[in-house]
Formats: sequence, C-alpha cells, structure tokens
Amino acid sequence: MSEKKLHFFVGCFVLSACAALLLLVLKVAGFNLTGQSDTYQLVAKFDNIGGLKPRSPVKVGGVVVGRVESIDLETETYTPIVTLSMFKKYGYYPETSSAAILTAGLLGEQFIGLRAGFIDEDIVMLEQGDEIEDTKSALVLEDLIGQFLYSIQDKE
Amino acid sequence: MIQGIVRTGASTLHVIGQLGLAVVMLLRALACAPNAKFLRLVTAQVYFLGVLSLPIILVAGLFIGMVLGLQGYNVLVGYSAEQSLGTMVALALLRELGPVVTALLFAGRAGSALTAEVGLMKSTEQLASMEMMAVDPLKRIIAPRFWGGVIAMPLLAFLFSMIAIWGGSLVGVDWKGIDSGGFWAVMQASVNVYEDIFFGFLKSLIFALVICWIALFNGFYCQPSSLGISQATTKTVVNSSLLVLALDFVLTIFMYG
Amino acid sequence: MPQLVAIKDMSFARDERVLFQGLDLTIEQGKITAILGPSGIGKTTLLKLIAGQLTPSSGDIRFAGESVVTASRKQLFQMRRKMGLLFQSGALFPELTVFENVAFPLREHHQLAEPVLRTLVQMKLEAVGLRGAESMLATELSGGMARRVALARAIALDPELIMYDEPFAGQDPISMGVLVKLIRDLNHSLGLTSVVVSHDVQEVLEIADYVYVLADKKIIARGTPEDIAANQDEKLVQFIQGLPNGPVPFHYPASHFIKDLTSTL
Repeated sequence: MSEKKLHFFVGCFVLSACAALLLLVLKVAGFNLTGQSDTYQLVAKFDNIGGLKPRSPVKVGGVVVGRVESIDLETETYTPIVTLSMFKKYGYYPETSSAAILTAGLLGEQFIGLRAGFIDEDIVMLEQGDEIEDTKSALVLEDLIGQFLYSIQDKE
Repeated sequence: MIQGIVRTGASTLHVIGQLGLAVVMLLRALACAPNAKFLRLVTAQVYFLGVLSLPIILVAGLFIGMVLGLQGYNVLVGYSAEQSLGTMVALALLRELGPVVTALLFAGRAGSALTAEVGLMKSTEQLASMEMMAVDPLKRIIAPRFWGGVIAMPLLAFLFSMIAIWGGSLVGVDWKGIDSGGFWAVMQASVNVYEDIFFGFLKSLIFALVICWIALFNGFYCQPSSLGISQATTKTVVNSSLLVLALDFVLTIFMYG
Repeated sequence: MPQLVAIKDMSFARDERVLFQGLDLTIEQGKITAILGPSGIGKTTLLKLIAGQLTPSSGDIRFAGESVVTASRKQLFQMRRKMGLLFQSGALFPELTVFENVAFPLREHHQLAEPVLRTLVQMKLEAVGLRGAESMLATELSGGMARRVALARAIALDPELIMYDEPFAGQDPISMGVLVKLIRDLNHSLGLTSVVVSHDVQEVLEIADYVYVLADKKIIARGTPEDIAANQDEKLVQFIQGLPNGPVPFHYPASHFIKDLTSTL
C-alpha cells in the first residue's frame, strides 16, 4: 500500500475518533461550552443538606442556572456551607432571593431551588462571593415521618 | 517442602528478572527524540493496530450496546424507571465496558499480532541483523509499535463507547419506545465529562500501555522457535487480559472508590 | 600490518556450558582471516562476541583499538557502522524488495536524495551481480541469491570489517563458487577486512590469508593455509580430511551401550 493511502486511512481514523469524543462530550455528557466558562460564586448556609452533592444542579423554576461547586462544614457553628457556581448568562439575583434544597420526585436527586426575591431601590444584587441569607434545609424523610407520627400521638 | 520453597524462590527471582528486563527494554526504546521518520513509522503502526482493529471494535461495540439496552430496559421497566436507561447504558460504557472490552479485544487482535511479528523477526535474525547495521531494533521496531498502540487504543475506546451508546439508544428509543428527549436528557444530567469520560480515557490509556508493553516484551524476548512464538503469543493474550481486568478493579477503587 | 580485531584471553560460557576458554585471536587489516572448526563449537557465537551482541565472561575484545566489552550502547552502535555481518540465513526483511533491503541501512543512517540512493544501491547490487533482481521480493529469492543480497546490504555502509557466518553452508557448487569469488573480490576491491567462519575446509583454504582452527574451547592451530595443510596434529588432520573417527570420537560421550540396554530389561 502506498504511504499516502495509509496516511489517509490513519487520518480518517483519528478524525472519526475525535468526532466520537466530541459526541460523547456534547451529546452524552451534555457539556455546555458557553454555560460553564462564565460563572460567579455564591455561598449559602443550610442546617441540613440532605443528599446534596457537588455538581448537583441549581434551578430557577426548573431551569438549570448553576451547579453546586463544593460543600464544606463551618467548624465554629457546625453548619454546612455550600458554594454555588452560577452561570453569568442568566444574570444576577437580588439579595432577597431564597434557596431551598428540594428533591426531584419522591426519591430522586436533590437539587437547590432558587427563588428570586423582589427588587427594590435599596435592594442590591448578589455578586461574586456574596451569601444567600434566606435558606431552607433539605427535608429528611425520616424526620418528616417522625414528626407525623408524633403529631398523631398528640391528637390522641 | 524444601523443594517447594526452592521452587518458589526460583520463580520469584525469574519474575523479578523478567520485570527488570521489561523495564530496561521500555526505557531504552522510549529514550529517543521523535523525528519525521519516526512519526511516519508510528503512523504506519496506528494503521496496523488501530485502523485494522476497527471492524471488530465497531461490531462488538454495537452488539454490546444493544444487549445492554435490552437487558437494562427489562430490569428498569419493572420499577417504571426506563427513563434512566440512557444513564445506565452511558455510565456502564464510559466507565467500564468501553475501556475494558476494547482492551480485551485489542489484546486479542493487536497484542497477539505484535508479539508474533516481533517474535518472528527475532527468530529469523532480522533484529540481530538490524543491530549489525547499527540500527537499534528497540528504537526502530519496538518504540513505533509501542506508541502506535498507545495512540490507537484510546481512540478505539472512544469509538467503541460511542457506537455502543448508539446501539443502546437503538434498542431503548427506536424499539422499546422510550422518549428520545428523556433518554438523552437524563443521560446528560448524570454523565460528567471529567468523572466519566476523562476517567474512562485514562483507563484505556493505562490499559494500552500495559498491553503494548507485555506484547512487545513477549515478542522481543521469546524463544526463537515456532513453539516459542506460539507460547509467547498465548502468554501475551492471557497475561494482558488478566492484568487489564485486575488493573481495572484497582483503578475503579481509586477513581470511584 | 595493524590489527583490526584483537581478542585477548577471552572466555565465554552460556548456561554453564563453557564455549571458549582463554582464547587469543587477532585479525589483521586488509586480510581474509578464516576461522575453521566443527559445527557446534561456537563460531557464530565468536562473531557475535566481536560484534558486541554478546558479552564475554572474562577477557577483552578490541575493535580498531576500542574495547567492545566495555563500550556503552551508543559507542557500540557507532562501532557497528564499521562492521558488517552476513548471517547464515541472510536475515533479509521478507516484506521488502531486494532494492529496499539494500537501501535500508542507507535510509536509516543518511539523509540521501532518492537519485543518489538509487545509484548507491545499484552499485552495491551490481557488485554482487544482482542488479537485475532489484524489484523482486526477498521471499522470492533462492538461498544463494538471498545470501548475495544480504552481502550487498552488509557492504552498503562501506564497513571496514565484514564477517561471514558459514557463507558456504547449504549452497550448490555454482553458488559456492560465486560466493568464493565475491568474498575474494570484495576484499581486494573495497579494501575490506574479512572474517570467514566456516567448516567447508577446501573453499576456505582457497581464499584465506590466515587460518585459525578452533576445537575444544580454544585454538588448536593457526597459520597460513600452507602451514595448516602441512600440520600433522591428529585432531587437525581428522578435521581437514574429514575422517569419521579419530581424536574426536564418532560417539558423543555416553554411558556404556550394553549396560544401558541391559539395565532397562
């Protein structure tokens, strides 16, 4: 076989493998080239983060607007502190916004639901590194059931 | 009893000696600066080891993907969780089956060919005659084959995973009727570029190094006879397959612990 | 005459089998030196020792004044550019044509323009009389032709020393004659130093300037072909004249035959 033909086949092979990789990244992993590069960080403290993990989505009305970057424990008060990486293309949120840890379905993945607050003249927007003050912890199913049983007992 | 200890000692020494030889061989082969001629030799090996392995890799990938899709569907549908089929197929392929099955097929298809080729070159004195022409066979024969294999195998693994995921979607979406939007969206939500695709690539790269190393070592140090070559070829396939599976376990512990 | 190769007090053993013990041997520049000996005595091993492909257990081997034994890998490859070795099998690359086989060492070591390379290769092939066969595949050649192509390849880099490993083994009388003529002509026309290792006594005595006879791990005779022919040593006479029995017994050392037979009964 001539060297040119060989080079042609190898070229096709390498290019198709690169195409496969690109497809894997874009179509299978859903990697978004524009969304992830431009982010800013917000922090939020929760009493209980439940099953939240790094890379869990942050959603506003079901739209993914960011991801959980890291989860830490503030050692003085023993409260979990979550760093969120928010996509800049969706803009900034007012300081009156609230974050809650929600569950997709009864047993699904947990995510952070962000509810944008009202905007007023003396309300500033949250910037890089700011904290979301108003948070709601994860609902832990066992606690809920416990409370439910307790309240039934009370009524009797 | 004493004899058993003696035998254990002897075989331990043998194994250590072989390991030493293999390390020296690899270091000598790789200690050379690439030039245009060397790149041409590597390209030729990418053709022999990569392009010519494409048929077996693609066909195997398609069938494995389809089987995975069908079995996964049958289990998941019992929990009405068939939407998660995409996740299951993609994660199984990217993390495990893609690198591992590609490596096993590569060991059988390309590793054995490497050992047989180099072994025959040795037994027909081609390697010795090269040395006499002041051409180092480690650099002229071993190094291009090593790099060619190391480049080709991860590429084959990408193609394998891609076509297998497509096979899974053929069964799940086109045959069993899972909603295609859901299939891909659930997959995208749970597959991570770094943890799944990059780690899978890392695995296949490590497997490629191991297979090429074992194959070339067995060829280069085989007994120069027809029996020696056949034994070396068998040894390549058996050793590299087992080592790939064992290494996969170790790597999985480190990556996904 | 300067010495190109000097072997001093060299011993070599493989797998606890001693092949050479205290061997002294010199090869003079510009001469054809023959090393004779019965098969299995390690003549090929001796050539590989000179080429540095094997390392002696003790003693020294010098090529052009430099030690082959202590040379680094890099130095060794530098030295080998000045050596050629003609393997018994020819060891051609079967997937390449005759032309590409001869061009191989040139392509590896020099960046030559294609026309220059072509001329050089054709010169080498012409020297062995096989210019017409340049486009044949190495696998299509007869044994004698393969050996001549291998010779063309061995002289492609214009070495100073060329070593022939059993060049006459298994050749018909015509190709034997051709090879004898080639070895002599190349030695004179290219100013080479040649080492011929063989057990074909008559052909070797015909072309050699100096002869060593190896037996029993050492040299048992040395001298010009005339000296060797006149030597009356028992072992030597048996080897030169090809007698089946003599100091080298017909039977390989074994236990007593009758005893062996009766013991199994």
